[in-house]
Amino acid sequence: MTDQTTRARPLSPHIQIYRWTLTMMLSILHRATGVALYAGTVLLAWWLLAAATGPEAYAQVQTVSSAWYGRLVLFGYSWALFHHMFGGLRHFIWDTGRGFDLKHVEIIARLTSILPLILTASVWVAAYAYLGAF
Amino acid sequence: MSDMRTPLSRVRGLGSAKKGTEHFFMQRVTALANIPLTLLLVGALVVHAGSDYATMTAFLGNPFIGLIMLLLIVSAVYHMRLGLQVVIEDYIHGEASKLLALIANQFFAFTIGVACILAVLKLVIG
Repeated sequence: MTDQTTRARPLSPHIQIYRWTLTMMLSILHRATGVALYAGTVLLAWWLLAAATGPEAYAQVQTVSSAWYGRLVLFGYSWALFHHMFGGLRHFIWDTGRGFDLKHVEIIARLTSILPLILTASVWVAAYAYLGAF
Repeated sequence: MSDMRTPLSRVRGLGSAKKGTEHFFMQRVTALANIPLTLLLVGALVVHAGSDYATMTAFLGNPFIGLIMLLLIVSAVYHMRLGLQVVIEDYIHGEASKLLALIANQFFAFTIGVACILAVLKLVIG
């Protein structure tokens, strides 16, 4: 009996076995962006605490946020936010019991991939416009 | 051993984890709240791109902005705490390491939340 329980049992196949699909990628990205946003709250806390601390502390935030690597992180942050938001909206549709058939799943998947990209780009164009880049 | 209760009566309200649908429900409620709140924050950040310290602190010191920020902080931190809890439960299988990760999740979320609230209160009340 003990031998049987310790013997290696077959495991269900993991992600590398399956053919990649958009819906599968979006499911993974929803979770990944969620975890990234979780970590990103450190930046939100840093920004708010620096503003509450004083001009010197805030200047440090500005130095980092205006550097190329800071901009890159903020760009990723904004995309993660919009991507996760649209992933959430997709779940709201599913919560009502609608949109489970393959045709709609595929349409929703395409929209929730593209719309966050468009919104992210728009937000950054607007931000650079406010910066006086145009 | 015989249980005269119907499966429905056992499940109603509280399940085996004694939490019922609270996790699911609050995850959705905070998700819904996060949509307008984060859009407002992103909009404010866009409009204030390149703003100096004085402009930014004056903006964040406005009680109405402070209210939005506090609501966002509470909702977002609540939401991310629930979300990471599920991630931990899915991927960390050892009982001890899972428990430690779940506690760390609580500590992190509360620390971030309190830090942000403290900063906003100082900016508003001074």
